[in-house]
Parts: sequence; C-alpha cells; structure tokens
Amino acid sequence: MRAVCWCGTGRVHVENVPEPRILNPHDAIVRVTLTAICGSDLHLYDGFIPTMEKGDILGHEFMGEVVEVGKSVTNLKSGDRVVVPFAISCGRCFFCHKQLFSLCDNTNPNAWIAEKLYGYSGAALFGYSHMMGGYAGGQAEYVRVPFADVGPVTIPDGLSDEKVLFLSDILPTAYQAALNCDIEPGDTVAVWGCGPVGLLSIKCAYLLKAQRVIAIDRFPDRLRMAREQCEAEIINYEQTDVREALNDMTSGQGPDACIDAVGLEAHGPGFLGKFDRVKTMLMQETDRAYALRQIIQACRKGGRVSIPGVYGGLIDKMPMGSAFGKGLTMRMGQTHIQAYMKSLLDVIQRGSFDPSFIISHRGRLSDAPQLYETFKHKQDSCIKVVMQP
Amino acid sequence: MSTAIASSRIHRSERRPTERPTPYVNVGDTERLLSLLGGTALSLFGLSRRSLGGLTLAAVGAPFIYRGITGHCGGYQRLGISTASPVGSATSVRAGHGVKVDESIVINRDPSTLWRYWRNLENLGRFMRHLECVEEIDNRRSRWVACSALGIHFEWQAEIINEKENELIAWRSVDDSQVDTAGSVHFRELPNGRGTEVRVVLKYDAHAKQLAAPVARLLGSSPCQQIHEDLQHFKQVMETGEIATIQGQPRGRCG
Repeated sequence: MRAVCWCGTGRVHVENVPEPRILNPHDAIVRVTLTAICGSDLHLYDGFIPTMEKGDILGHEFMGEVVEVGKSVTNLKSGDRVVVPFAISCGRCFFCHKQLFSLCDNTNPNAWIAEKLYGYSGAALFGYSHMMGGYAGGQAEYVRVPFADVGPVTIPDGLSDEKVLFLSDILPTAYQAALNCDIEPGDTVAVWGCGPVGLLSIKCAYLLKAQRVIAIDRFPDRLRMAREQCEAEIINYEQTDVREALNDMTSGQGPDACIDAVGLEAHGPGFLGKFDRVKTMLMQETDRAYALRQIIQACRKGGRVSIPGVYGGLIDKMPMGSAFGKGLTMRMGQTHIQAYMKSLLDVIQRGSFDPSFIISHRGRLSDAPQLYETFKHKQDSCIKVVMQP
Repeated sequence: MSTAIASSRIHRSERRPTERPTPYVNVGDTERLLSLLGGTALSLFGLSRRSLGGLTLAAVGAPFIYRGITGHCGGYQRLGISTASPVGSATSVRAGHGVKVDESIVINRDPSTLWRYWRNLENLGRFMRHLECVEEIDNRRSRWVACSALGIHFEWQAEIINEKENELIAWRSVDDSQVDTAGSVHFRELPNGRGTEVRVVLKYDAHAKQLAAPVARLLGSSPCQQIHEDLQHFKQVMETGEIATIQGQPRGRCG
C-alpha cells in the first residue's frame, strides 16, 4: 500500500509499504478514505519532536471503512464507516474511567521514554514519534487501529467525509480548548493563532456562550476568515501592539480567558522573537513560547489560560511571576477526544455546525510532499489540507 | 485535578535501595575510615617531600582517599568482594551480595483477581519479558526457564515460602539451584476504589562466584527499569487483556 513516511527533517516520502495486519485482539484494520495534515504534523516535519525514526508512517487525523476486526472487537464490523481519534486509549484504566482518555496508562509500548522525559507517559498517538508509542499513522491506504472497541465512532450515512473527519482531532481539540476556558456569560475570549484549531476554537467559544471572541494572527487571509466565517474581532500582531489593543478592547481589564492555539513554534516579532529562534537553534531551549508569554501578560486577573497548542520540551523566560501575581488558571494537554466525539457528531448531524469550512486544499496521498511544504509556508492561503488515498 | 492524577499513577517506592548506582558502596565503615586516614597521611607526607618519589607516594595515597570518601573499591568490585553492611535481611541471597529491586504499580482491578492470576505461576511468562515459561512441579515448587538478550537459556527451581491469599506471595530459589534469588509480591487494596497497589521486591546475587550469574544477566544493568516494565505489562494484561505492541506493523525505508 501507499503511505506517507517521515524521512528526516523537512522530508516526507510516499512509499510502498506492506499492509498492516491485526496484532492484538482489540485491533481493527481501517481502509482510509480521507486523512488530513495537522498543524502538529508540522512540528514533526520541522524536527521539533524527538524519537522520530526514518520510515515512520505519519498521520493522526483520518477516517475510513472497517475491513477487519480482531476477536475482541464486538462493536464494529466490516463495512462500518468510522472516524478514529488521534490518541489510542484502552478504556479500562483509571484515567480512561475518569474520561481522561489522552492520559491512558496502557497503550504506549515505549512508555519508558516518555517517563524519562515527562515523569509519566500519556496515551500513545498515531504517527507521532516513538516516545508517543511509535504507532504507524493514517496518512496511508490502510491503518491498524488498536483498541478499536474504545476509540472509533461510527458515522451514519448521509454525512460526507469532509464534514466529520475533524472529529478525529481538531474539532474536539478546539472544543476542549473552549471548555478549559470555563466561559461565563459576558466573557471575552482571546484566541492566539487562526489556524484550524484557532478558527474552530472561536466557533466553540461562541457555542459555549462567550460574549465576544478576539482573534490574533498575522496572516490577513486567516484573520479575514476569523472575522467573516467565525464572527471574531481581529488583531494583526504585525501591525498593532497586542497588549495595547486587547486593553483598549476590554476597557482596560484584559480578556477573561485566553487560548494558545499556536504552540511551540511561535513566530515572534522583534528582538525576543529572534532571541528565541537563536536559542532553539543552539539547543538552549526546545520550544519557542512567544505567544504563551504574551497570553500570560495579557490575560485579566483571575483569568483562564487554555493551551491546546502543543509543547514538547523546555521553554525559556516563562513569566511565572505574572501568572502567579494575577492568580491565573492554566489548563492544557492533549485532547480527550473520546469524551467529546459523540456529542460533537450530534451537533454536526443536527446541521448547526459544519467544520469543513476550514479546508483550503484537497489532494491525493501522492501529493503529500508538496502539500506539507504548502501548509508549512502557508502558501496559497493554505489553512487545512485533506488527502484521499 | 492534575495533582491527584500524578500521585495516583504508577509510582516507585521511595524507600528502595534498589539497583546499585555505580560506584556503589562495597567497603565497610571501619575500613573506609582507615582508608581515608591512611590515604590522607600518605598523600600529605608525599607532597611535603617535594620530590618525584614523594609525588608517587601521594599518587598511591589518592585512591585510598577516594575509597574512604565514596566507600567504593574498584578492586573489590572486580573480585566480587564486599565488606560493606548487608543490603537486606532474611532472604536466600547472602547478605552483602544481593541487588534489591523494589517496584510498585497501581492496577485497576481488585486484589483477589490479581493474586489469583499471579499465584498461577505459569501466567508469569506472559508478562515477564525474559521469562520463557514457568512450570509448576507441585503446589509449592516450580521450574523457571528464561532467555537473556544474548539468547542464553537459564533454568532454575523455586519454591513458594510464604503466601497469604489476596495479599502476598513469596518465593526463593531452592538450595542446590544455580540461581540465587528471592522475591515477593504484595497486593494492597487502595481506598476509594483506586485499585490495587502491586509491589514486587526482588533480591538476587549479582556478584555470585559462578560464571553465570543468570538473574543479573537477565535483568541487565537496569533491573528496576526491567521489573517496572514487567509490572506495566502485568497491568496491561489485567486491565485490558493484551500487551500494547507495534511489533509487526509496516514502515517505510526512505530509500
């Protein structure tokens, strides 16, 4: 079969590889019908996530048709259309029972690497480094899905692939980001980053009854989408001082909640932005936290900081004094997709929400190398790429 | 929320002397003091001579100072000798020669399920990486077969020396066995439905005179890590019925 393989920093190849097979009783094999490139795949592409190995199959946003199930999978059968969550969860451990699916104890065969780096290991992820389990991803014709009795959600007929694909990651991620804001009536939520998660976070913040949402980015086409499709007020941080603008827009109080939909490769203007670039190049820090620092400064006293953007290692100059001094609440982490999939599917099914508006590029698996480049450099107003095998 | 989660997950016992860091203590206290005093005297005397011979004397004194401060002697290590105090007590492993591993994990099942699975010793081969099989000879005695990373097979007999239903199983290798090991597994129900703490204490002779010190070879240089992973596999089997794996999945060649 054809699969998109990571072959080093800035290199992905489409290769012929053997088809996956059932390895454990709770496995299923899914024939992929639609898959996407995630912004977090760019962290792999740019070499920011350790323990990738040449030949690893990428992709954690995918859906398709079940073609085979292991002997312990009783809820699925061949022919079912399913969307698969990006995190693999056993459904039986302490964390899964608490609905903290992305912190599952039992799915990472390489837990020891994550334990060395982070203290404890979370759930394994598809196609996201050996530290995160080393599972082959879904940017391929077929994929093995472990614990298929827990993760995949079946999709009723009549809903197109494009409408439901993002249940695999970015829609629940945006929803959890908004939930973590503990939005109260009258609240203003500021969202840093108008990529796919940022845009969907704006929608979800309104869904959870935010009064106003302010979006911050530097790309005019993304800001236009935030304003026109998501009804956010916008700030272009290359033209305006963000702190000042937010202060003006919130009567000097600051936003009640802030969402960091940027993560570890933040682009920062001016001296500090350049300083971070040099420090990451010299391996003095691993993550560039420009956006997060600005968020901590900008958030109102007693406000909530929600971090769906991915961080991998160490950051520098974290303004902890500001966070402490203002009594901020910070919530973060990989999304517990399984906890939200079914209710979000209902929302889509009712027709009140169609996340496919963010798709800007459609291609085939064989176009992957070019599409990664286009997405990385945001060429051609690229926001979200989906591929058919 | 996060604090509660962090403290309730897999944890390692704080009191473990566990795997010995290198250099570990293998010199007794009195001997350490004598080494330190003698080494210092020799070095000071040598340095005060301000000659090549004096410098040599100082160089001879230096390792004794090191030995006194760290309690570790390279020569003793190579000879498999230790004059330090014993690590533990009341096992089949000779005092002062044992490496002790003490690892815990929390499993989301009740103690009786876990105890029964473990007590059927033939199940151990399913989650202990280097164990090929365990055969029960009778209710107390069993034959263990293991295979090291180098493909060398080891075999020994063990007997259960203590057991308490749903709480404890303790075993040791029989006297004429080539392997010198003792261990126990403890099951303790945690309050508020938090599952069961499973704690394994294992002692084995890593410095045995025999050419093959098999348990030491099997567990390699990081016995705690090895037992920790075995316990994680036990947890996976008991909670999910399978052990997570990526062995046998496709990958590219980047050719």
